[in-house]
Amino acid sequence: MQKYFCFLSLLLLVAGIGTTPVTKASDSLKVISTAGIRAEEENAGLKLPPGFVALKVAENVGRARHIAVTAQGDIYVKLMGRVAEGKGILRLRDTNGDGKAEEITGLGNYGGTGLVINNGYLYASSDAEVFRYQLNDKGEVINPSQPEKIITGLINRRQHESKSVTLDKLGNIYVNIGAFSNSCQEQDRTPGSKGRMPCPVLDSAGGIWQFRADKLNQTYGDGIRYATGLRNVVGLDWNNQSDQLYVMQHGRDDLHRLFPDVYSEQDNAEIPAETMYALNKGDDAGWPYIYYDPAQHKKILAPEYGGDGKKEAGKDAIDPAVVFPAHLAPNALLFYTGDQFPAKYKNGAFVAFHGSWNRAPLPQEGYSVAFVPFENGKPTGKWEIFADGFSGLEVVTGTRGAQHRPSGLAQGPDGSLYVSDDQKGTIYRIIYKGK
Amino acid sequence: MKRISGSIALIAALMSFQHLPKKTGPTKSGKSTVLITESIERGKIIYLQKCLSCHQVDGGGVPHLNAPLDGASAVVGNDKAKIIRIVLNGMTDRVEIDGEYYSNNMAPHKDLTNRQIADVLTYVRNSWTNKASAVTAAEVKAVRAKNK
Repeated sequence: MQKYFCFLSLLLLVAGIGTTPVTKASDSLKVISTAGIRAEEENAGLKLPPGFVALKVAENVGRARHIAVTAQGDIYVKLMGRVAEGKGILRLRDTNGDGKAEEITGLGNYGGTGLVINNGYLYASSDAEVFRYQLNDKGEVINPSQPEKIITGLINRRQHESKSVTLDKLGNIYVNIGAFSNSCQEQDRTPGSKGRMPCPVLDSAGGIWQFRADKLNQTYGDGIRYATGLRNVVGLDWNNQSDQLYVMQHGRDDLHRLFPDVYSEQDNAEIPAETMYALNKGDDAGWPYIYYDPAQHKKILAPEYGGDGKKEAGKDAIDPAVVFPAHLAPNALLFYTGDQFPAKYKNGAFVAFHGSWNRAPLPQEGYSVAFVPFENGKPTGKWEIFADGFSGLEVVTGTRGAQHRPSGLAQGPDGSLYVSDDQKGTIYRIIYKGK
Repeated sequence: MKRISGSIALIAALMSFQHLPKKTGPTKSGKSTVLITESIERGKIIYLQKCLSCHQVDGGGVPHLNAPLDGASAVVGNDKAKIIRIVLNGMTDRVEIDGEYYSNNMAPHKDLTNRQIADVLTYVRNSWTNKASAVTAAEVKAVRAKNK
């Protein structure tokens, strides 16, 4: 009965999409018609709020990390890891208006995570450098084989090595340089090893660096350490309302395995929160000396630095703007400025959770896209799950079993939300069709 | 409700740990089978404390981060010295296993006894879909003696 009902609603939804009026050509830069686009049965496996539907734009494209959509609706996808020659960045194009990408072309010979479109340029990163490509008025890369290398020589020690990027309105680009460490122990991830004081990792990593977007071959000396004490940030976005950088930190791992006398397995699974910060220049978020305990609502001294789970610390460290459960691994942050979704989503934040592994032996969590309402550039309410079901499992006991892992977010010109998956290489499109 | 069903599934997954093979290949006598089974039982306790957090309940590791143990050719292969050295020294290199790279740091475990390392490796070589010969304390001792 329930299945039958689902099928009926799906038919209604598809019918609803079919009746969306076709927009005039003159509007095409701003609004892309969804006529002809079909949501998939069971919304491509996603659980969505009422009125939303989803489809897979593409599958098996590779380890899809950050994504961006041009004004014409083309999707650029940054691939991670080893990439085939000329396939470090993919361009997905829907040539017949059915919502599926029929034409996939590539450029770039480097794997990486960061990718963003800003002011006529496509910016993309490897794990050590940032490049940019000028776009023509159709949103196409003009010279795919000759990008401008704007930043080089960033530290990559194979841990938290992704370099994510976003830009402000003044021509500055912000790059995350993740800490090549869990908690700055003398011996990384080793039980009983003490925290280094002061933590030398922070000189070249564990923060956000600011560079100019239009200057070539910049490295550490040319940039500014804009904010420090951030263990690893993969998702970040500029909030145009507060004119401020927001970032999502991946909190620390292994409280129980490293300090079994202080923390239980459940403590490890639930305490070290994933945190959203609103950053101003010079801010310190406190890593590695503290973590944020969501039950106590406090910054707690890390056990590597003498903490016992109760002692507070980090007086000069900023407080999080939003607190999420531990270990969910926020890999993308997007402020939604479109008009397609209901009013409550306008200017709010979407967060893509890659999904946990460090909650073991408790079940893994995440593998979802969350939403946080914002007003005037500040969070105003509780976060909620927006899209779930990416793992394809009722319960994820081991991370390897998760079918899809959200890793990138982008907003289409019509206000659709796109989600990338770096496990199976699926690109999802979520559309609001009304109730 | 979801939590409860989650916990049940988790318990089920943990219980499946108990499903240990009675044999690990040809054995000469019933006595050696018992010895291997005991080694596996002891090794499981060490796995839960020291290994599970990264290598996971299902031995599957974490894609691109923590190496899988279940089904990994190096884990069930004949080069036991190699996996003994990894347990002793940990791992700070990017390592390729069966065509995929894994890069998270692994702590050294020199503090474990030869017996404990033999037990945990015997457990890992005989859990999930793995079936391979036991690792002995004597083999660990020999590798440790030559270890840097």
